[in-house]
Amino acid sequence: MIRTFSYVDVMYLAAAARWTLALTATAFAGSALLGLVLAVARISPVAPLRWLVAAYIFVVQGTPLLVWLFVIFFGLPLLGVSVNPWLAAALAFSIYGSAFLGEIWRGALVSIPRTQWEAGASLGLSTTEQLRYVIVPQSVRIAIPPTVGLLVQLIKNTSLAATIGLVELTREGQLTAAGTYMPFAVFTTVACIYFILCFPLTQWSRSLERKLDVAR
Amino acid sequence: MKYGLQFRDVFAAWQSILDGVYVTLLLSASAMIGGLILGVACAAARVYGPGWLKGLVAGYVEVIRNTPLLVQLFLIFFGLPSFGIRLDGLTAAIIALVVNLGAYAAEIVRAGFEAVPKAQIEAGHSLGLSGLQVFRYVVVFPALQAMFPALASQFVLLMLATSVVSQISVEDLFHAASIVQSRTFRDFEVYTVVGALYLGLALAFRGLFAGIYHWTFVRR
Repeated sequence: MIRTFSYVDVMYLAAAARWTLALTATAFAGSALLGLVLAVARISPVAPLRWLVAAYIFVVQGTPLLVWLFVIFFGLPLLGVSVNPWLAAALAFSIYGSAFLGEIWRGALVSIPRTQWEAGASLGLSTTEQLRYVIVPQSVRIAIPPTVGLLVQLIKNTSLAATIGLVELTREGQLTAAGTYMPFAVFTTVACIYFILCFPLTQWSRSLERKLDVAR
Repeated sequence: MKYGLQFRDVFAAWQSILDGVYVTLLLSASAMIGGLILGVACAAARVYGPGWLKGLVAGYVEVIRNTPLLVQLFLIFFGLPSFGIRLDGLTAAIIALVVNLGAYAAEIVRAGFEAVPKAQIEAGHSLGLSGLQVFRYVVVFPALQAMFPALASQFVLLMLATSVVSQISVEDLFHAASIVQSRTFRDFEVYTVVGALYLGLALAFRGLFAGIYHWTFVRR
């Protein structure tokens, strides 16, 4: 039966946005964990480790996220894990995000002058301590604006999870459009909700960047 | 039961896959050309245009950059017919990709325009160049050179993002993968092979852009 697109549908879409947010949060946590390891591995003194991570980043950044989503979605059952859109999406987005965060954070780490490491060493800090207490605190400031930018990318990219049947904002939009037969109104609403989620973050990232410029 | 990977059926469907590669290349090339033109026009409007136009372009850029490409695609393909504008999948895909890339390119090119020193523009005027000539020779060319690496990586990201057009059943590389999958049930194998092909395309595009940069800006 065809119903009209009403206030209730808008509420349903807004409610579906929490799954978009939940997926974003999961993906961001996964990306951050993995990305941190990648960034540190990229500046490690062990050359093969650096090459390995560089290759990983190259491959992930050179393939569509959609492919990762499907490879993992169909690959998990081969490993004996039952098909689960949530797990597949969380894994795919974490892999994808980690490659970008790894590069962003590596850039922030190497932007700290060499002399800061040496100053730490001369105070008797071990390499790990230099990284933990001297380098990371200074590079965080540089890393925050592009990290927030990536968060916006992640929010938008979670829309691809709709293709493996995960009911988040975009999928809910597809279902509503099919039920009401008013795709223009539905997808405009969906776009507005994404905009409301992303725009404040974009502005925040931009103002952080401006502040950083002034500080320099 | 153990699953054995088997690529034979996937490789047997190489013709469908090759057709998909062709459509992906066609989409990417059209989007890159259209997006660059739109981006340069928007950046020029944003930097040199009148106030109302600046606001309009800024609005366009923000709306596009803060919403997913997939939703933009759905709006154009499923939404526009409500207004009697019925587009076939390929046309809708190209429009969505151009509109999307245009917004990202506008931001990149704008940064390039703003990086051109004012004195350089004044120098152009003092040589007797017209406004349009100054724009063409003094602003656009150096700005594009400065912004080329950023543009090139945006273009490669766009090429990869074209895979979403499969969702409005445009027969691109990713769509070919789902066809082969439904015929052979070798899902994991198909998507791995197609992923490798995308990686190859990304490499090819990066090489192409490095070549273009070299021939246009270095070797003159």
